[in-house]
Amino acid sequence: MINIPSKPTRAEAKKTGQEVQRVRGFKLSKEGRENLVGYLFLLPWFAGLLFLTAGPMLSSLYLSFTNFNLLSAPEWIGIQNYIAMVQDPRWFNAVKATLIYVFASVPLKLLFALALALLLNRGLRGLAIYRAIYYVPSLLGGSVAIAILWRQVFDGNGLVNEVLGWIGIKTTTSWIASPNYALGTLILLAVWQFGSPMIIFLAGLKQIPTEYYEAATTDGAGTLRRFWHVTLPLLTPIIFFNMVLQMVGAFQAFTPAFIVSGGTGGPVDSTLIYQLYIYQEGFANLHMGYASAMAWILLLAIALFSALAFLTSRYWVFYQDERR
Amino acid sequence: MLHHHPYTKQRIWTHPLIHVIIILGAVIMVYPVLWLVTASFKPLNETFTNSGFFPKTWTLDNYVQGWSALDYTFDVFFVNSFIVCLGAVIGNLISCSMAAYAFARVRFKFKAFWFMLMLGTIMLPYNVIVVPQYVLFKYFGWINTFLPLIVPKFLATDTFFIFLLVQFIRAIPRDLDDAAKIDGCSHFQMYLRIILPLATPALATTAIFTFIWTWSDFFTQLIFLGDQATYTVPVALRTFLDSSGVSAYGQLFAISVISLIPILGFFIAFQRLLIEGVATSGIKG
Repeated sequence: MINIPSKPTRAEAKKTGQEVQRVRGFKLSKEGRENLVGYLFLLPWFAGLLFLTAGPMLSSLYLSFTNFNLLSAPEWIGIQNYIAMVQDPRWFNAVKATLIYVFASVPLKLLFALALALLLNRGLRGLAIYRAIYYVPSLLGGSVAIAILWRQVFDGNGLVNEVLGWIGIKTTTSWIASPNYALGTLILLAVWQFGSPMIIFLAGLKQIPTEYYEAATTDGAGTLRRFWHVTLPLLTPIIFFNMVLQMVGAFQAFTPAFIVSGGTGGPVDSTLIYQLYIYQEGFANLHMGYASAMAWILLLAIALFSALAFLTSRYWVFYQDERR
Repeated sequence: MLHHHPYTKQRIWTHPLIHVIIILGAVIMVYPVLWLVTASFKPLNETFTNSGFFPKTWTLDNYVQGWSALDYTFDVFFVNSFIVCLGAVIGNLISCSMAAYAFARVRFKFKAFWFMLMLGTIMLPYNVIVVPQYVLFKYFGWINTFLPLIVPKFLATDTFFIFLLVQFIRAIPRDLDDAAKIDGCSHFQMYLRIILPLATPALATTAIFTFIWTWSDFFTQLIFLGDQATYTVPVALRTFLDSSGVSAYGQLFAISVISLIPILGFFIAFQRLLIEGVATSGIKG
């Protein structure tokens, strides 16, 4: 590379046309250097993108049209896997369990998160401690350890029945062994982890200028109206953000269902959430073509629901900048 | 009727009730975890007869017996988990900060395009890439090693942290860069000597969350680790659960409690950093 001083000297500034061309050439080579540097810094990410993300994505799309058991070469079978899916009662069970899980746990989680954030935002003493306590389940909830705890807590002689006994309800129902309640225990486990969206809500509430509340109060607005007309509209972008984030996460839940049902998705497929079924088909039964097809349907479902959220957001999400 | 600050006045009035609700809620939230801890100290005969909070007699039997319940003792699994976590943390710190530096400070062609692509992969479900990844790692002979869990981190596959670091680096004033440029600093020196030290809080957030997520990750470890000698704690706990009957709940609880200590330890030590990380970037916790 040519070694040229980084700043043009007075003499250089007075150069003839031909020489200016050379200086421009130098400028270009500097841009080239920047390009090179940028791409060098991104090299690890590019390698990951190519070999671990984009490449695998395309090959899993290909595999979804094949019969593949890991041991012999994939065999092209067209859309057979997708046809098999709509004829597979267990796939429908998985879809049903997943939709119930997502659309029960996410709204409930957000509701608790928002409610607690509103309560905690009232400037009371010890906020940091309460915030931390409410956040702990979010931190621990995804672990195998907590899933094991959940399994015991909702078992026939578990903690929940014990607590129910204290208030006079004597029962030995095993909640996790009941097809009606097993999924409910998983939803409860997800809702229990409302701490992280709560923290995001708290941060959002702090952003709302107090002048808005003062103005509303001067105009005679009570607590409810202040909430409805000031807090809620200004929080809609954060509600939207939390909603999408939690939804995408909920579609991919795995550990709790796997541990609580002992890997089966039972009783009678009631906790067979989608990711668990993909695992069973792909890694237990080695139907990897079928598992890939299911994964692509999940990707499309997540994309569809996210797109729906974005499309409807213009009717209910309020961005302050829009007023200008 | 006329108050100057009715809003403030009402706030003070509602305090006691709100306080009670919040404390009650907090107790309900942590009760299961605290119960897990005390239940792990109950002797076998109390595991099913006494669901109360305190054991009638305290014992360490569950810890002693649980520790050696599988073919290998749990210290093997804890060491394995630590190796995987350490590798993941180092990998994420290096690769994500490099990518973030490029996006935040270097001008190169198609930057906007690559940045959008990077953001697009944040939410990508792991399902759609796991089967080909498995095939690839099997071809490399990496199944039953820690490599499938560590190598991807050196290739910046946790793109969320790139985003987090980009946001942070963008907020660092450019005056320092300009001064360094005049002094003839190259991009690499600037990355190493100026940006990385200044980005310490964001790097710490990245390190802590990588550790916590890797520590409690189950799916990838379950898939890639099939040999008990390579088991990490979550995979070993699952095997313990499968191989033991209900009578081993006390022992399972004991190991579960130990497995949660590193996460709680990090949380207590870096509470502020973690909560700020969630609040500012929307980490899902």
